[in-house]
Amino acid sequence: MAIRIRYFASLRETMGRTTEDINAEGIATVADLWKVLDEGRPLPDRVLCAVNQEHATPTTPVHEGDEVAFFPPVTGG
Amino acid sequence: MMQLISLRDHPFDPYAELSAFSAQLGEERHRYGAESHFIGTMRSFNEGDAVSTLWLEHYPGMTEREIARIIDEERTRLNFGPALVIHRIGKLEPGEAIVLIALFSAHRRAALDGTQGVIERLKHEAPFWKKERTSEGERWVASNTNG
Repeated sequence: MAIRIRYFASLRETMGRTTEDINAEGIATVADLWKVLDEGRPLPDRVLCAVNQEHATPTTPVHEGDEVAFFPPVTGG
Repeated sequence: MMQLISLRDHPFDPYAELSAFSAQLGEERHRYGAESHFIGTMRSFNEGDAVSTLWLEHYPGMTEREIARIIDEERTRLNFGPALVIHRIGKLEPGEAIVLIALFSAHRRAALDGTQGVIERLKHEAPFWKKERTSEGERWVASNTNG
């Protein structure tokens, strides 16, 4: 089992991908996960996240089988 | 408690939706002396530029859950009754409805305050993203306007 990553909106375009799967080994939090995805860079303040379709923070724990999404500030309504 | 949350990828008529929802309430409708509506419509301008097309991206699954959570929390706070939220996704043109919110309550305050609470929270919490086309090209909308 891995962690399923999803990107949305401008972040999807910046990252150049919509989804990917990452081996969960050594990853404890959303912030850890982002570093693996973005060549060691820390999670920028302007990037928001959700774990299993609920709003999360950089310190939210992640586990095998989770769906983690990264996206810019929302602009609906 | 009747509640409808619906995402639409084609234009909808908010007035027809209000009529249909109200009719579905039937006799329950008699318990509510107040109803409040908000309709958000696509503007033909943003940040000083003419806008010809808008695209709304969303996070399928999380969007519906977030809207339901917002309604539940606002209902706990204010104690309104039935709720209707319809939101567009996909490609829109100026003048098309983006969002419709309708709340029913025994007295006016819960419906009025709840409608404002739901739209403000939806704009900050529900995972939708707007991209717009202007004469300069396409751009992501960075943030919502303040009120």
